Amino acid sequence: MKPTSSTATARRAPLSTTTVVYLALLGILLVGGIVVAATGDTLFSNANLVDMLTRSSLLGFIAIGQTLVILCRSLDLSVGYVVALSSLVAATTMDGDPARIPLAMAAALGVAAVIGLVNGLVVTKLKVNAFIATLGVGLIVKGYLDTWYAGPAGEVAPAFQAFGYTRIGPLPLSAIVMVALAGAGIWFLHYTRTGHHMFAVGGDTDVARMSGVRTDRTVIVAHILCAVAAGVAGLLIASRFGTGSALVYDDGYDLESIAAVVLGGTYLLGGRGGIGGTLGGVFILATLDTVFNVLSVDPFIKDVLRGVIIIAAVAIYARRRLTRKPDRFGGHVDPPPRPAPGDGAEAAHVKGGVA
Amino acid sequence: MRTTVSGITSRILSSNATVFVLLAVIFAVVFALNPGFAEPMSLMAFVKKAAPLILLAIGQYFVIVSGEFDLSVGSLVGAQVVIAALLIDGNESATLPVILLMFAGGIVVGLVNGLVTTLLKVPSIITTLGTMLVLYGAIRWLTGGAPTGSLSTAFRAAGRQGVDDVPLIGQLPWALLIVLVVGVGAVFLMRSPWGRTLIAVGDNDQAARFAGARVWWVKTAAFTLSGFLATGAGILIGGYAGVTAQVGEGMEFTAITAVVLGGVVLGGGRGWVVAAMAGALTVEALFTLFNQLSVPSTVRPAAQGLIIIAAVAYAAIDRARRARTVTETHPTPRHTDVATP
Repeated sequence: MKPTSSTATARRAPLSTTTVVYLALLGILLVGGIVVAATGDTLFSNANLVDMLTRSSLLGFIAIGQTLVILCRSLDLSVGYVVALSSLVAATTMDGDPARIPLAMAAALGVAAVIGLVNGLVVTKLKVNAFIATLGVGLIVKGYLDTWYAGPAGEVAPAFQAFGYTRIGPLPLSAIVMVALAGAGIWFLHYTRTGHHMFAVGGDTDVARMSGVRTDRTVIVAHILCAVAAGVAGLLIASRFGTGSALVYDDGYDLESIAAVVLGGTYLLGGRGGIGGTLGGVFILATLDTVFNVLSVDPFIKDVLRGVIIIAAVAIYARRRLTRKPDRFGGHVDPPPRPAPGDGAEAAHVKGGVA
Repeated sequence: MRTTVSGITSRILSSNATVFVLLAVIFAVVFALNPGFAEPMSLMAFVKKAAPLILLAIGQYFVIVSGEFDLSVGSLVGAQVVIAALLIDGNESATLPVILLMFAGGIVVGLVNGLVTTLLKVPSIITTLGTMLVLYGAIRWLTGGAPTGSLSTAFRAAGRQGVDDVPLIGQLPWALLIVLVVGVGAVFLMRSPWGRTLIAVGDNDQAARFAGARVWWVKTAAFTLSGFLATGAGILIGGYAGVTAQVGEGMEFTAITAVVLGGVVLGGGRGWVVAAMAGALTVEALFTLFNQLSVPSTVRPAAQGLIIIAAVAYAAIDRARRARTVTETHPTPRHTDVATP
């Protein structure tokens, strides 16, 4: 796992944010293991590991895509609806016929890509704030789903269910695919031009544009990839349930994926972070869920604890960033040579993202 | 300080306030479809229904204009109503203490949101998402899924009763009076030094800090006001609609939508509180219009999504165009664009 913040940071500061994320994961595994052991159970039993990894794969797909969008200083609140829609498209296209698996997968991912394209176009060309744009597009998809699919629909081929249920040792196939996708994402961010552009656009859109980056296109690509990743999560839902389900959009994946990304140390205002950290964030959330499950914590208390832990973790990252700021050039604060504070046009551009 | 009538009308007519046009159009359509809606009685009923969202939108406006988000208000409304029903349980004499307790609770939630965001430097979308999770968890833990207890008649008066026997309109709802008082208060607050600082902080918090503003305090106050007003909204909605476990669900997004429809820019620094209130009215009017047209409830989210995107896109593109023309004609941009409430 490459440290995802700038390499200069890694050299000077003792720990990169990604390292801290994985240390936190280790700490949570340790504490969780001890607490579970104290109740006479074991956290690292085969069944619990499978549970943990299965949980992570679904959120993982969504969070990987969300990372790309957030790196570009955008946001995608429509992922939950894309997951639901893609599961329905896959299941209804397949309709139990194994020969149609490739077609169904292509259709589901294609539909997801179109929604991502719409998100990206509305954000970049119509200049609608990403929060509102993706919320609006999500609502439109919700309207479609509510109108046409009252309940589960379609049926996947038995062979397709393998994606959801096959295991290689204790490793679910879906988790392996998810980690592979994360690897591909890390490669994409660090070794392709568009990947580098994403950091540039998220860091400062104006500077990126003046340096010749096609900022709009970069943001659109990020939105498409995010929606496609959510589409893959939809395929996983379809293969697990054996049918398409509209109701998964109520499961809060949109906000949870953002939480995972931020928990993974990606800066919500774009430009810093990466998929490696996000993966850590996803594992942290999944471990917490499994620990709560094994301890049979009241599901409602679970929400409370999760909320507190997410806030605490992000507060700790923010602290680190603050205390470390002086030893670096620049830091995440706007560099001093900004135009006068009253300059409205400038401020309007800087204020593009979510604060 | 342009407090003149012409200043206000020019602002309403400026395309910065698309929302007023939109509101007028929606109302015109509703009136055309159903002339009975123009009766004072129906209008007052509409006000009662819209009042909670207007309060939430004012609270959300303070937070958004300072450059932050408050996603916790929906769950706060829910928690307040459910806990109030639990504590009051039909006991009239408990009404006032419980209402005071609710306001205290709302202020505490707002303070926590504000302090965690400003002092611990957690992005507000995460802070308030966390508070939202905590509050939803608390609601369901307390109620086990179905709320218990009931609200007292006195508690429900604010949301459903009013001053009776007023000539011409019959009943003057308390909700309308509350909204008017809060709205006027908000306008004056935004003209106060605190309000001006709030806008400055939202526009550029670094510059505001260098200029001597206590950013953490100004923002925390905004979150606290949002919590306070969410409590008010909770009292009105509990009175109007009664107690269910779903009270308040999704209202944070509706409130943000309302504020953004009012031309307030996410990210902070510009926007007019009256336009945010008009945004809330527009959203409610839209729901009424959907009722009139008997749009199937399943299609509503789609229509809502389309209208929000269209309205915001129109405002954004218009703003960009005007910013360009203003820079071309005047060396100092933004003087028509600036939000000086």
